[in-house]
Amino acid sequence: MTDLITLKIDDVEVQVPKGTLVVDAAKRINNDIPVFCYHPKLDPVGMCRMCLVEVGRPQRDRATGQLLTDEQGNPKIAYGAKLDTACTLPVEPGMHIRTSTADVTAARKDVVEFILTSHPLDCPICDKGGECPLQNLTMRHGPGTSRFIFGEKIHLDKRVPLGTPDNALIYLDRERCIQCARCTRFSDEIAGDHVIGFYERGRKLEIVTFSEPGFDSKFSGNTTDICPVGALTTADFRFQARPWELRNSASICTHCPVGCNLHLNTRRSGLSGKFEIKRVMPRQNEQVNEIWICDKGRFGHHYISSPDRLLSPMIRKNGQLQDATWDEVLDQVAAKLKNAGGSVLGLAGGRLSNEDLFSLNKLIIGFGGHTALASRLGGGDLIQKVGLGVGSNFGTMGKGTTIVVIASDLEEEAPVWWLRVKQAAERGATLIAANGRPTKLDRYAKQKVRYAYGDEVNALDGLASAVEKADNLVIMYGGEGLDLAGSTALAQACANLLISTKHVGKPNNGLVAVWERANDQGAWDMGLRPMSEAMSKPAVMIVAAADPAGDAVSMPKADFTVVTELFLTATAKEADVVLPAQTFAERDGTLTSGERRVQRYYPSVLPLGQCRADWQIFQQIGERAGQGKAKAGAALVFADIARTVPQYAGLSYQSLAKVEKQLPDVGGLDLYYGGTAFENTAGLGVQYATSADRGEAVSTATPTVPAKPEGMVAVPTTLLYDRGTTFYRSYVMHPRIPMPFVEINSADAAKLNIIDGETIMLSVNGTEVKAAARVDGRAPEGAVLVPQSLGMTMLEKASAASVRKA
Amino acid sequence: MGEHILLRHRDIPDIDKLDVYIQHGGYEAFKKVVTTMTPGQVIDEVKASGLRGRGGAGFPTGVKWSFLTKDSFPRYVTVNSDESEPGTFKDRELMEKNPHQFLEGVMITAYAARANVAYNYMRGEFWDIAVKILGPILADLRQRGILGKNLFGTDYSLDIFNHLGAGAYICGEETALLESIEGKLGQPRLRPPFPADKGLYNKPTVVNNTETLSNVTYIMQHSAAKFRENGTEKSPGTKVFCLSGHVNKPGNYELPLGVTLRTLIYEHGGGLPGDKKPKAVMLAGASSTVLATTDDILDMALDYESVAAKGAMLGSASVIVMDETVDAAWLTLKTTRFFKHESCGKCTPCREGTYWMLNVLERVNKNEAMKADVDLLNTVANQIQNKCLCPLGEFAIAPVLSSIKTFRADFDAHTKDGAKKPAPAAKPSAAKPPPKKDPASVGD
Amino acid sequence: MLYEKHREQIESTLARYPADQKRSAVMPLLYLAQSEYGHVTKEAMDEVAAILEIEPTQVASIVGFYSLYYDHKAGKRRMQICTDLPCALRGADKFAEEVCKKLGLKLGETTKDGEVTVEAVMCLAACDKAPMFQVQDADGIHYHESVSPEKPMTIEGAMEILNGYKGK
Repeated sequence: MTDLITLKIDDVEVQVPKGTLVVDAAKRINNDIPVFCYHPKLDPVGMCRMCLVEVGRPQRDRATGQLLTDEQGNPKIAYGAKLDTACTLPVEPGMHIRTSTADVTAARKDVVEFILTSHPLDCPICDKGGECPLQNLTMRHGPGTSRFIFGEKIHLDKRVPLGTPDNALIYLDRERCIQCARCTRFSDEIAGDHVIGFYERGRKLEIVTFSEPGFDSKFSGNTTDICPVGALTTADFRFQARPWELRNSASICTHCPVGCNLHLNTRRSGLSGKFEIKRVMPRQNEQVNEIWICDKGRFGHHYISSPDRLLSPMIRKNGQLQDATWDEVLDQVAAKLKNAGGSVLGLAGGRLSNEDLFSLNKLIIGFGGHTALASRLGGGDLIQKVGLGVGSNFGTMGKGTTIVVIASDLEEEAPVWWLRVKQAAERGATLIAANGRPTKLDRYAKQKVRYAYGDEVNALDGLASAVEKADNLVIMYGGEGLDLAGSTALAQACANLLISTKHVGKPNNGLVAVWERANDQGAWDMGLRPMSEAMSKPAVMIVAAADPAGDAVSMPKADFTVVTELFLTATAKEADVVLPAQTFAERDGTLTSGERRVQRYYPSVLPLGQCRADWQIFQQIGERAGQGKAKAGAALVFADIARTVPQYAGLSYQSLAKVEKQLPDVGGLDLYYGGTAFENTAGLGVQYATSADRGEAVSTATPTVPAKPEGMVAVPTTLLYDRGTTFYRSYVMHPRIPMPFVEINSADAAKLNIIDGETIMLSVNGTEVKAAARVDGRAPEGAVLVPQSLGMTMLEKASAASVRKA
Repeated sequence: MGEHILLRHRDIPDIDKLDVYIQHGGYEAFKKVVTTMTPGQVIDEVKASGLRGRGGAGFPTGVKWSFLTKDSFPRYVTVNSDESEPGTFKDRELMEKNPHQFLEGVMITAYAARANVAYNYMRGEFWDIAVKILGPILADLRQRGILGKNLFGTDYSLDIFNHLGAGAYICGEETALLESIEGKLGQPRLRPPFPADKGLYNKPTVVNNTETLSNVTYIMQHSAAKFRENGTEKSPGTKVFCLSGHVNKPGNYELPLGVTLRTLIYEHGGGLPGDKKPKAVMLAGASSTVLATTDDILDMALDYESVAAKGAMLGSASVIVMDETVDAAWLTLKTTRFFKHESCGKCTPCREGTYWMLNVLERVNKNEAMKADVDLLNTVANQIQNKCLCPLGEFAIAPVLSSIKTFRADFDAHTKDGAKKPAPAAKPSAAKPPPKKDPASVGD
Repeated sequence: MLYEKHREQIESTLARYPADQKRSAVMPLLYLAQSEYGHVTKEAMDEVAAILEIEPTQVASIVGFYSLYYDHKAGKRRMQICTDLPCALRGADKFAEEVCKKLGLKLGETTKDGEVTVEAVMCLAACDKAPMFQVQDADGIHYHESVSPEKPMTIEGAMEILNGYKGK
């Protein structure tokens, strides 16, 4: 129970919890105290002086401490001699704040005039124009003209790439900067990067970056949202469009299982007449991503409009893939399925929506076949039983909560989770980071656990005594170095620990899988499972949003292969039928995040070429194969899901679209307050209940731990910026995608006479690859870390390997 | 006055040598305090002395120490030896010539604060003092067991380290000083919380000026009552006045608080060179109002209350004397250039305002301005007032506002629409000689 | 390179501050780097950052904020003349002007032989000994002041002092 404090702001009474700042208390009664340096997500600094208000406090008798009152019995209020900053002042009982007196009005005018003295007259060419807090506050509070002589304005560098012109994601205009320090504080306090800072002092204060590459942060784009002027802009969006020209569509990021809520801003192109995505912005969802997104989500959207997109169905005729009509291909596939005699396999990737996966499953099962999820991470069924309790929110975790992260490099695999876990640890949560090697989470961990790859389950069991007494326990597991068997065993061990210590079925307790793809959880829910044994040669195989050939993963060789894809991948090249699929931006759908939140996304651009949604394709194939009429819309497919999948009972597109007021306020007309993140009017999603939430009994089971590999092992690791199909087509990110490299321990390197940067040959699983060796202190002795999806060999799990000089 | 209390080296040669200092009772007070008194007793004695901070703020020292948050450890003492206020050079002399009294004061303070480490924050330009004087002395003290573990057979341990600044006046502001020691930008913090609660590394910290702590030694060596024998009721003790500018004998003068400005300038400073008439003084270095040297002002007692009553501040008692040849527009150009150079940039009014004022003043001094520009200068200075995050901005406007008010003609003389024809050269008249006996001077 | 060459000094500097507050040593270490390399190079910033386990940007901010750290090469030493108000009242402006004339440069510039850069600086706490200047070089910072009001610093005296530094 938080204490409530009553105070008056402009004679309006307001009651807020103790510790609330005056500026936030005023917001609650729609009294917009203007701010520049203040941001509700950052610690207040009182730097810009824009929020100066008159502060009155009840007078007390010096001797007795009694409140002094006037004739009417009201407390006498003594106003301070000076104005005070509302953003640094916590509320006090009986306070009287005055925000619209002549003094306050004059102070605001003065401060705006000061800020504008050296601010350049860039509005006509500045990206921020139209969504600029400085513009807005100048109109509302500033003077009409400036008394500062134009020729005396200070001149600083404009168009500074934070990095090099080749690799900068963020551009800085030093003249526009009003030294509010929102960006440096974001980098220090929230992202923990410390890669941008101030240089010089006084009027010459300017932002600099000295990291290699410049502004080396996975969250750099967020600073352009909270910058109150056009000083920080993204290389991706610079000069692309004016904010008022843009249309917004609510969407969900498909790059990782966090499920960040997005707005895609689109504008019709004058040349093509089509709507194009101009930029990706965060959409506020305090339970998922707050108001942040990572740079992969922000800049990794270009694949949607890539010229490589498949636009037409294709059929192999005379050994060559040739364009065909939808009718042709649908009929052919339907026919093949009907004649397959049940020997049908559906292999799907977790990029697809629930509707897609459900429809594929229905199609394949309807023909007596099997479906499989292209994933090597197990445990989705355990998540259904003992996942994070409904109502869980990383943002509320703090003292008393223990968070274990095992076998996952969270910052690379799910950046916004890393951000939220880090902040929880800073609020007092006990973080235990368990991995075979150091990760960026270690900095915030109370306990760091190192194990040899293969010993994950033992390491976890060893934590039992450390975690059992915690009020709340969250265990997040990944699959670093583990294949399906290994990760399933680890997931089981995690579930066992949670169950035996009774940390299930309540909020901020439970199991989380750091899935490889955005909707892996949804796939498990729709009935797909990773393939545990190789299926004998199927007659018909449908591969959707998966590229086993390209990933060098074993794939059954079918008589007839159908691929639904965005691009002509290696798998598609070998297929008999290739069907062009829509990206998430071109259609409706739902994704289930790693926290089991079912979230809806909406179409942003028209479908390209002849592309159809995967669910449409499967339903239409089914219709032609006698499975019943294809559904007319995604909502109807979802209604089917709600009827069929027990966890989704009661959900609907309407319930997923429900919103409620969130704090802090963002994206309104007072956008100076929370930045340019978008207010969420499209839906907060629904976190479905686990078995434990529903009070059903959940029991432990013994994990079957696979044998540990012996000798030197090559361990597959994940990088956020890789050559994945949906990321590689964002050319702006190419400088951040490294050339193939492996990380090797310094002692191992010394034994092999290898130095940092040298080219080496890595032999594993019968193949040899060339890569640059990095001796950077991360690889443990006996292990070589092999980042995946860089064009080197793909590994299922930590495997015996050897390294030699090239 | 008789024997010096702070500038003891002027009475006792070689008092900067440890053995000479010890001969004259050196480190007896520290030993007494550590072995026979509680920290609380030390704080009480310093409170009773009425000693006020000598760095400029004049806040009662003992009271400041009593604000240290109980049950919060460890504690720290940081000495403000940043001495960057123009016209101030007293802490320098204290550290160079009478270092042991200063260090002993630091030690006593650390004991009272229950701190086991003290940092002497010296401006970077005092490099040679740190490296050639204080550094070797500290090493010596450690060798002699006056600093180190388990001093004098008790369980109290203490060490003192010098920390050099690097050319930032703003680091003389106590919270900026703490930020600087922490390795961050020297930008002032929000207050509250105050350093006594959350100071260095967020722990309770005592921040005091060099001269203040040199007084602490005397107080604990003799007594609060003895300390009160000099000065006034509300401003007890002696003060090292820094006299600079147009005087024949610039330098440091240790005098009881309450001595008049006239005595300081004429009796001690030897009057103005060339027998010129004084035009104005600044009492607190550049952070002062510019006071016209009327008889009223010359006869003003130099203590915190009396100066405040005249609408000015005594501050660090850095008295800059200016004769009739000084142009107020030139003078404010100098001070504003200083503040603009030293502004940390954190808050809008100071960062933009000092830059703006400097631009206007440069135009004025180049005779390129109009009278309206001088009015604007006045407006801008008023616009800065009471809006800044720390005192620097507020002090920056003091010389500007007071000069325009008192010496407006100097500014107008530069303007294109205000300059009058040059007046015939005035005959220099003799400066008014001081009265024979100045009742406030002590010791004669 | 810095750590290898000055390990003892660096360790004793770090020892002055609490073990979990390594960042406090950034200022003394920057002086060390500056003395070693002539100015604070980018490499020096990276080195100091590595020693203190902080980011190079955090070290850079300190270099940029404080006047006595330099991020670019200049003369072998800097002659910094105080021209602030109290010194100016005692002839510092004229002194600075004459020094510049004598050395054939403007304030802020370096002599052609690269020996000395002349700058005007803010108050150096030597107001009673004006005119005066300090010399900043690899050994630190050294004051050169007027002996007394009767024997103020002369141009010849200043040149002699500067010459005394050559070859060091």
